[in-house]
Formats: sequence, C-alpha cells, structure tokens
Amino acid sequence: MTTLRIPVAFAAVALLGLAGCGTPPKDLDVSLEKPSAAGVYRVALVPPAQAPAINQLHSWKVKLAAADGTPVHGARFAVDGGMPQHGHGLPTQPRVTRELADGSYQLDGMKFSMTGWWEVKLAIEGPQGADKVTFNTVVDHPRVRP
Amino acid sequence: MNSLARVIAALAAVGVTAGAAQTLTGSLRDRWSSQEVATLASMRLKEAGPRPADPSNAYEQRTDAAALGRALFNDARLSSNGQVACASCHSADKQFQDGKPFGQGIGTGKRRTMPLMGAAHSPFLFWDGRKDSAWSQALGPFEDAAEHGANRVRLAKLVQEHYKVSYETVFGPMPELGRLPDDASPTGTPAEQAAWTAMPERDREAVNRVFANMGKSIAAFERTLSYGESRFDRYAEATLAGDGQGQEVLSQQEVRGLRLFLAKGQCVTCHNGPLLTDHAFHNTGVPPIDRTRPDRGRADGLRKLLQDEFNCLGRYSDARAEQCGELQFLATNDPGQLAAFRTPSLRNVAERPPYMHAGQFTSLEQVLEHYAKSPQAVLGHSELARPGEKHAERQAIRLSAADIQDLAAFLGTLTGPVVQAR
Repeated sequence: MTTLRIPVAFAAVALLGLAGCGTPPKDLDVSLEKPSAAGVYRVALVPPAQAPAINQLHSWKVKLAAADGTPVHGARFAVDGGMPQHGHGLPTQPRVTRELADGSYQLDGMKFSMTGWWEVKLAIEGPQGADKVTFNTVVDHPRVRP
Repeated sequence: MNSLARVIAALAAVGVTAGAAQTLTGSLRDRWSSQEVATLASMRLKEAGPRPADPSNAYEQRTDAAALGRALFNDARLSSNGQVACASCHSADKQFQDGKPFGQGIGTGKRRTMPLMGAAHSPFLFWDGRKDSAWSQALGPFEDAAEHGANRVRLAKLVQEHYKVSYETVFGPMPELGRLPDDASPTGTPAEQAAWTAMPERDREAVNRVFANMGKSIAAFERTLSYGESRFDRYAEATLAGDGQGQEVLSQQEVRGLRLFLAKGQCVTCHNGPLLTDHAFHNTGVPPIDRTRPDRGRADGLRKLLQDEFNCLGRYSDARAEQCGELQFLATNDPGQLAAFRTPSLRNVAERPPYMHAGQFTSLEQVLEHYAKSPQAVLGHSELARPGEKHAERQAIRLSAADIQDLAAFLGTLTGPVVQAR
C-alpha cells in the first residue's frame, strides 16, 4: 500500500492544541490512516494539499484497502461527524461522489465552520463487509497574515 | 527584528516546541499567547476579504442593477397598502434593521429583522436559512402576508409601470404583462393561487423571471453595504504589530471581556472569524415566545430551501449546478437542526437590541445571562452543557456577574460604521 503523505499543516496543528474551552484531549488520536473498528479495512483520509479556510467547501480523498493492504474497489460510504466538544454535527453533509483509481475515492462537500477538534466518521459497505471508522482532525487558524 | 517578525518568529517557535507556553512580550500592554494572537488575527474585519461573488446572480456587480435595486428597496408602492418598503424594516439609520422584536409590515412578523451588512458572506439567509442567496432572500418578504403582502404578478406590473426603462437596460425586454390577472401568485391567497394556476406556464415563467430580477437588482444594491472597522479591529491590529500604545484603544475592562470571549465564555466557538459568526445553525436553548408552539427554526428552513424555485439550483439561478456546493451538500438529516437558528454576526451588535431570533432579550447582559444559565431547550436539544452537568466532552459556560459586565463591555468594541459604497 502506498505511503500516505499528510501535509505538514495538518500534522502540526494537531500538536498545538487550542486555547480555552476547546482544548482537545491530550491523547487524541489524530492519525489519518488506521484500521476500521472491526479490522475489516485499512482506511486513510487524505486532506487537501493546502489547508482550506474556515467555512470553505473542499474535498478530501479516502483510500480504502483490505486488511492485507489490497485496494478495495466498489465500496460505498456514509459520512458523518461533528464536534464532540460542542455537541453539533458537520455543517454540511459530505458525500463520496466517485471512485478514483486504486481504491481511492473522492470525498466532496467537506466544510469546517470553526477551529477545533472535529470527528469525521465513515460507515463503509464493501465487498469484505460493513465496518466503520472514526478519524479526528484538529482545525487551526491559518498562518497569521499581517 | 521588527514587531511583525517577532510575531512570526513566536508563532514559528510554537510550531516546533509543540504547545510550550509562549507569550508575546516586548512593548505590549496586554499579553496574549500565540494561539490567542492567531485567533485575534482571524477575527479582524479585513480577513473577510472582498465580498465573494454570487454565481447565482449574474447582475450583482452591475452599477445599473444596484441603482435599480436601491430604488426598489425604498419603494413603498411595492406592497399591498402602498406603505411598506424593504427600507421600512431595514432602515438605513438603524443599521438596516428596525430595532423591534418582530418585523412590522402589513402585519406583525414572527421573527426579528436581520441587518443586511455581511449578507454576501453567508451561504444561507434568514434566521432559519431558508434562502441561499441575497437575491432569493429579497423575494420572500414581498409575498409574505405580514410584510409587503404583495403578489408577484402585481409586483411585475408595478415594475413595468414605474421602472421599465431601467429594468430593460439591465435585464433586457420585459414580457407582455397587460393581459395577465392583476393579482396572482403560487403563495398568495386562495384566489391569487387559483389565478396563478390558471395562467399558462410560459406566463408564469415570464413573471417569475421579472420577480427574480427584482431580487437580483436588490441584491446588487445590498452588496454595496458593509461593516466598517471597529475599535476591536484596531486593537487586534496593534496587538499583531506589537504596538502597546495602540492596545490602549480598548479599556482594561474591555480586554477582560475579550479574554472571556475567547476562553471561559466560549463565545468564539460559534462567533468566530471576521464577521463573528460561523454562518451555521445552532440550538442554544433560547426560550421560544410561545412555549406551546415553539419555532422549529432550521428544521423548517431546510425544507423550504429545498422546495424553493429560486434557490441556487433553480431555473432562475445563473449558477451552474457545480457552483451550488452548499445546496448539493446540504446537511438535511441532522437532528441538531431542530429549533436551531443562524449564528448572527456580532459586528455592531451593541447598536441593535433586542436580541435573538424573536427579540427575546432586551440587553446584551440578558443574552449573556442566558448563556451562563444554559437552560434546556423547549424544542430539540440545546448544544450547551448545563451548569453542573458532567459531560464527557463539553464544559458548561460559567460566568460571574462581573464577567457578564466585562463581556458586555467588550461587545461594545465591535461597533464600527456602516459603509455604503457609491
């Protein structure tokens, strides 16, 4: 399976934490590549190369492989998520709109309406069966511009 | 090293030392962590940038459309009693709102009139987000029985009678309307609805086109309205520049309020970014006016938006389907949308009591007390943690009486001019 390269901006913000009320748990797992809950799949989320602005619609990619690393074709996804610390869901209803090559899928309609800890949950229906996975991502402010 | 370079260096340092407590020192009067500085920077008005173009309105940047829109906006003839204009509730000398708990047109509305500045930045309009563009929003009140109380055939005829030349300059030839009934609309009285249904499809479409163009010209006018910079913006700028003297634009009490806004008060979680709103919908347990018939807010707004023939995907929109991302990826099955309302901008908020979607609170202090109490929602579920509630993730908002005074003082620093471009 191809090694995933996660942009530095996303990795770095995960370390920063947030001021005040919205501090994510210290041990929050922010890895964007992990086995699904029951171990049926290996799933990776690939964020856009450039971190999107708050409230900007954008797309991610989902990479789906069997436990042995073989890319999985023809899977279907239901997308959910939200902010556990604020008690609300995603501001949009993202969808996997098409399969690209090699078990890689296009996830469109992503949007984060504020900084902080967001969950992105995928319910997967594939040839190997159904499983689910939850990713955590911490959205931070972009670099300060003068 | 100049002050800007110091800020950047401090931020870079945080990036590599991963969370070490960093404070900006130097000549600043008030110290902030680099994370707080990043938040303050993100709240500056200039971060909003130029108003985003609305792909569903091909006319919004035309000055002739804006001139027509300004005239329509102020024209009380476009109402059933000849006395209600858009400007009646969106008054230029009152922040383009009316200062009343409910809009007052032909009758009394059910919700608080929202100001117009900043509308171009929001993907959804009205408290329940039932419209997805400024031009489509502008159409709603014309046919609302409590507002203009008009109907679209009569409105199209009035435009033809009074604005034919300026309309045709912008939008091209007007259709022949003389043979149509005077009063007809798909949303009006039973008689108006019957008259509308009896009209041939091509006439209905021609009228709808004129009606939509009224909205597009009004949106072109509204686009010229915006917020100007406030004392808070000058403070944030001074803080970023390492200018301690510049920070004196806010009093110590206002700065205490700002710290509460960012942390203990949790205000910035939803009131974020340059317009102090996340443009999203939340149920925060604001008490309904009538507890037996609570307002369903976004849950109904979603239904109306999807059914609206004037939405981004409709035939009167100038957008391509792929430009309607907000509608294509609309969150329609989120139970949290029940009795949720749009987060309003806090720009100029001190200038426009009463507050909340039905003017439930007369002062900012009352609003803040509401959040400190975080009552249970009458309908749906409040996102706020309740005082004393042990929740795994969320924390209750705890504010003392002094905190509330400080926060209210800070909110006053968000007031700036209303800018009308010529």
